[in-house]
Amino acid sequence: MKSSVYYKVKGVSINLLINLFLISVAITCIYPLLWMVSASFKTQETIFTDFSLIPRHFHFGNYARAWMEGGFGRNFLNSIFYTTSVVVGIIIISSMAAYGFSRLRFPGRNILFFIFMAAMMIPIPGSFVALYVLLNKLHLRNTPVGYILCMINVGLSTSIFLLKTFFDKMPKELEDAARIDGCSKLGIWWHVALPLAKPVLAVVIVFNALNVWNEYILALIIFDSRQYMPLQVALQTFQGEFVTNYPLLMAGLTITALPIIIVYLLMQKYIVKGVTAGALVG
Amino acid sequence: MRIKPTLENYTFVLPAVIIFSIFYIIPFFWVFQLGMYDWDGILPTKTFVGLANFTEIFLHDPSWWQAMWNATYITLIALIFQNALAFLLAWACDREIRAKNFYRVVFFIPPILSEIVVGMVWRFIINDVDGANMVNRLLVSVGLGNFAHNWLSDPKTALTTVALVHCWKGFGWGFLIFLAGLQTIPRELYEAARVDGANAWQAFRKVTVPLMIPVVVLVAILTVLGTMQAFVLIIGLVGGEFAGHTSVPVLRILASMRGSSRFGYACAQGITFGMVLVIISFIQYRFSKRARQIT
Repeated sequence: MKSSVYYKVKGVSINLLINLFLISVAITCIYPLLWMVSASFKTQETIFTDFSLIPRHFHFGNYARAWMEGGFGRNFLNSIFYTTSVVVGIIIISSMAAYGFSRLRFPGRNILFFIFMAAMMIPIPGSFVALYVLLNKLHLRNTPVGYILCMINVGLSTSIFLLKTFFDKMPKELEDAARIDGCSKLGIWWHVALPLAKPVLAVVIVFNALNVWNEYILALIIFDSRQYMPLQVALQTFQGEFVTNYPLLMAGLTITALPIIIVYLLMQKYIVKGVTAGALVG
Repeated sequence: MRIKPTLENYTFVLPAVIIFSIFYIIPFFWVFQLGMYDWDGILPTKTFVGLANFTEIFLHDPSWWQAMWNATYITLIALIFQNALAFLLAWACDREIRAKNFYRVVFFIPPILSEIVVGMVWRFIINDVDGANMVNRLLVSVGLGNFAHNWLSDPKTALTTVALVHCWKGFGWGFLIFLAGLQTIPRELYEAARVDGANAWQAFRKVTVPLMIPVVVLVAILTVLGTMQAFVLIIGLVGGEFAGHTSVPVLRILASMRGSSRFGYACAQGITFGMVLVIISFIQYRFSKRARQIT
């Protein structure tokens, strides 16, 4: 007969194994990033001799060099600019459309909404080829406006879906009250519906901000000039220029990744919600 | 009299419809149209070739099928390894582990990073710089120095290395969805199973597995669609197609467009690949229906 001590020991050791497993995976997740940050503080010489995670001598020169000489400052500001404009654009356009689809009546409403939703389901891997041709025709290629419009379109369907789902469940009383007080439809959308939708808007904002910040392929085909490129594409030119200078490249990567990691840690709840929501509808 | 409010209602969806028509609907049809032309993307004249682009893809383009096979290989590894890891981790976290939230935060860090960053960081860790090559130094330190080499520069190991880094980046997704699924299973079911004398394995087999099948199918579909189309990570890791060893369909499309300036052919490749993706998700959807009926 096995004693209760046996079961206790067995339970503890199983829990220990499980925790060990989880911790080792967690370390595998974080270690490459710590290594990236650590290498960005080393020099071309010490990177081959100093293998410690905390560098013996902190060398901040890589950041200054990447920012100034590598032109990363410019690309960083570009990324910030594209992310903000696209998110603002998506918020306004998609919340208006979602409100219209949810609350207002007009012929063709259902079929239009269906087309938006179908677009989320059908993958067209070659669409960037046609988009390139289109932007060329509109003289919008290699312009920030062209890129921003394309990226607004990318986020539109999912954002409309998330917001419409919310508006559908929202009680109508407040809007009725506003209407009786003489508020116009646009006024109701702006003063009543949008403030109520704040939690969903937060999800839409972080979901799209992440998408734009990390976007690569459209930026690659749209921009020829380094001065317009966002960080993700600039990294490649950067790698080409400073091909063997690893500490410098790691500084560039840290500049690119850090904002996302900080935003993630601060708004973790919304990101997880937004990203999984995006995946589930897609 | 009813026209004015209707027009007013249309203005709400108008901006979205305009942007969507220009940047989604038009390119969507152009892809199908251009797929039947031979065009270099610059000259005003296009040559209509009918289905010649498609016959070329299917009969005379081994590099395309090499790319399809590579993508399938990466997808199979992701499907098995990445999802098994994700499921195990979710199952472990579901067992009232105290640091559940900590793990939830940490495991989702790789998925939020861009593929370029992940690719370049891992390239730095496992390739190129011999002195700083973490994996090789680890191998040497445990006495397996013979296996140490530049993983990404060797045609034999490059694709598998890409697949494993892809798993590293992607497992957090599956983990989150699996964990959410596991937490919807009522605790009473496990209690009831234990009262009936089921051991941990039987409870897992008879309670967890059947209830999780829809979630597993969902994650499998997302994994297949996501992994088949992954290519930015490869650009970050390897720099490109590596003479076909790490080429995938989207990289081929990009090469047709930018490398050989064959826009029509690139569109035809896009259509072919899109069809494959639609068929795969359809099969998986049907399969999931069947699976739900059985259990």
